[in-house]
Amino acid sequence: MLGRLNWSAIPFDQPIPLAAFGMIIVIGVAVLALITVKGWWPYLWREWITSVDHKRIGVMYVLLAFVMLLRGFVDAAMMRSQLALAANGAQGYLPPEHYDQIFSTHGTIMIFFVAMTFMVGLMNFAVPLQLGVRDVAFPVLNSVSFWLTAAGALLINISLGVGEFARTGWLAYPPLSELAYSPGVGVDYYLWSLQISGVGTLLSGINLTTTILKMRAPGMGYMRMPIFCWTALASNLLIIAAFPILTATFAMLLLDRTLGFHFFTNAAGGNAMMYINLIWAWGHPEVYILILPAFGVFSEVISTFTGKAIFSYRSMVIATMAICVLSFMVWLHHFFTMGAGADVNGFFGIMTMIIAVPTGVKVFNWLFTLFRGRLRFESPAYWALGFMVTFTIGGMTGVLLAIPPADFVLHNSLFLVAHFHNVIIGGVLFGGFAGYTFWFPKAFGFRLDERLGKAIFWCWFVGFYLAFMPLYVLGLMGATRRMQHYDEPGWQPLMIIALIGAIIILAGIVLTIVQLVVSIRTREQRRDTTGDPWDGRTLEWSVPSPPPPWNFAVQPIVDGLDAWWAKKHQTGKAYASDYPVAIPVPKNSSVGFFLAFFAVILGFSLIWHIWWLAGIGFLAFAAIGIAQSWIDSEEDDVPSEAIIAYDRAHGRGEAQA
Amino acid sequence: MSDAKPVSESEGLPVGNEFPISMRGPASVDIKVSFGFWLFLLSDIIVFAGLFAAYAVLVNRTAGGPDGKDLFDKTHVFIETACLLFSSFTCGMMSLASEGQKRGETYLWSLATFALGVGFVGLEVSEFLGMIDKGTGPDRSAFLSAFFALVGMHGVHVTSGLVWFVSMMGQVTVFGFKPPVMRRLRCFSLFWHALDIVWVGIFTIVYLGAR
Repeated sequence: MLGRLNWSAIPFDQPIPLAAFGMIIVIGVAVLALITVKGWWPYLWREWITSVDHKRIGVMYVLLAFVMLLRGFVDAAMMRSQLALAANGAQGYLPPEHYDQIFSTHGTIMIFFVAMTFMVGLMNFAVPLQLGVRDVAFPVLNSVSFWLTAAGALLINISLGVGEFARTGWLAYPPLSELAYSPGVGVDYYLWSLQISGVGTLLSGINLTTTILKMRAPGMGYMRMPIFCWTALASNLLIIAAFPILTATFAMLLLDRTLGFHFFTNAAGGNAMMYINLIWAWGHPEVYILILPAFGVFSEVISTFTGKAIFSYRSMVIATMAICVLSFMVWLHHFFTMGAGADVNGFFGIMTMIIAVPTGVKVFNWLFTLFRGRLRFESPAYWALGFMVTFTIGGMTGVLLAIPPADFVLHNSLFLVAHFHNVIIGGVLFGGFAGYTFWFPKAFGFRLDERLGKAIFWCWFVGFYLAFMPLYVLGLMGATRRMQHYDEPGWQPLMIIALIGAIIILAGIVLTIVQLVVSIRTREQRRDTTGDPWDGRTLEWSVPSPPPPWNFAVQPIVDGLDAWWAKKHQTGKAYASDYPVAIPVPKNSSVGFFLAFFAVILGFSLIWHIWWLAGIGFLAFAAIGIAQSWIDSEEDDVPSEAIIAYDRAHGRGEAQA
Repeated sequence: MSDAKPVSESEGLPVGNEFPISMRGPASVDIKVSFGFWLFLLSDIIVFAGLFAAYAVLVNRTAGGPDGKDLFDKTHVFIETACLLFSSFTCGMMSLASEGQKRGETYLWSLATFALGVGFVGLEVSEFLGMIDKGTGPDRSAFLSAFFALVGMHGVHVTSGLVWFVSMMGQVTVFGFKPPVMRRLRCFSLFWHALDIVWVGIFTIVYLGAR
């Protein structure tokens, strides 16, 4: 009746996950109870859960990323404290089975549900505004994408208290991840939650690519798009090209595990190395999917806060698209030790070094933008400067690892762990925080606390160096990744320094929450009444903060790069206020929420082999999909009176005519 | 999201042919939907590319079991292929009839398309069941795993296409040839033809390749 599910799935014998899951349940129930008592459900349902507004969906993505960052960080803190303790024969407090689940969860959550979600959220929020259009190409599909991502996140968190998570590392290499060596449900949780959220990501990639290529304000030719839109385009093209490979690969592993296929098994002719090739054919483009939008954020931030147009826009665009193409030609550097031979390794080593060239072009462009600019030292600029230093170091260690003989020594060592945290924290996460601070006033109409913002930056910056520089040294000393304890006493002091770094990062995370609370409570003093708090350059700063559901009351016309900057400084006026009679705004849709609901049921029952429930989940999912295909995308017409009223309330309108 | 407000000349806007298409503002719904669906099809083809790659890697890993030459019945596959290719032709005729808003012809050609599609799936299922009966199912060898996954994935696509097709004919009956219905019909025929192209790849590499 319940397949593999029974009471032994609840980890009563393991106090840590049990307590953590209990805490999640308690907090979850408390939040739901608060919403019910306060009567917030209708508001939440109407304004957020069923919203198809790209700005709301972007905010929900970023919120999901923050929540999952907490979860992923707890895993990180447990690993760091375990390794600070488990030296010299001591075993620490985490048994190996549990430790293995923790590093697998940490990697999976941080990549798929923090970095990825954060970047998709920022793109969703900012791209249509920067393009000068009223929404993405397919608003309802956008909501479906978000809710499928949330469904995947929920499934991963269920694994904490019901069953177990994979012990295979964040990419679940076979044959370890095959049924013979991982008979439990852990790998199935991994696979199904990522399949579901992967579909969401793919749909979001299609949506944003269509938006950028087919929906730009009149006059905005390709070479007038803001750099962030270019990097978002590159990133979403990579999503369309790479995520199907992930879907296919996971489907093969699922067939192996569920129906006894032999793609990657040791027996019957399976080929485990094929998995490693396929997964990295997705995985290397994936790191550029993450970093390219962050590059775009930094480009916007640097040019805004120096008050200059980005240096050499054209080379920035070419570098972005060069990275987009080259990112598909380097995947083998993740497994030089496979034994493909010197010529193959040599080719991929050189390709890897070549991809550093366009990245270097970007770094120089940012530096030349700063050169003779007047940089305003506000917190987004801090993140940008911290990024340029940190990311360059991470890039250089990457080029070091690209040399196959060096990689044979450093493969699977803590040096590698330090390298990819260096580029993902120093690049993607710093970019996420820069974008969060930069666009927060646009999203909510008030600024975040600036002093706390700088404190958060310093915590992350100092904490990062303390936590990861020792790992480079440890890697050179021979410490490998994914070890639960070690016998080398000389490593312990460095492990303790790394733990101190993690504690400082924790302070940064706590301060992020404090900053949000403080800023919300003092929001009246922080109001952004102009819509343009940073003296911005692109079209999102031409509308009120927060922007109305229709984004632009009057369709903006673009006649050059940095459209808003040019308008502002030529005429000192906003666009002419000949309001349209009515603007159609897409109606809310609950289809995303319900599809995700049944996706969770489907995923859960497939993980536990509850076939009848899987059948119900699938039929409901398919039925909703087909029913949706009968519905015309409905729109409400917002009359011009409402549009004018909104603009007046936000200090614009006829006065600027 | 609807079409952008047509921009007027008085605002000094880029109207007319002297401006490149990239500067003329947001595209129409028709273009957005077709373009988005093309992107989806491309991503779907990459899923197949992954399975083709797996097949190419595993084709000789028969684990002492039968290979393609022993298993495939060329006549059977030829009839199957003919069904699918003809269904693409009838689907094209259906598209022409629906663009001309001819209800009767649309139903006729769609009936033919549906019947040929069902015939294809039926032949494929019978091939699969026959192989599993002989003990040469997907769990026999890595080669057979790759074969069943690649061809089966195509079959699943055709089957879901058939379900979609029934739903579309329902829409034609209920709504007539309204613009949203026409958009969906165009997407459907793109999907159907794309599956044909994938099948040409399967027929060539899997079935004709088994020598």
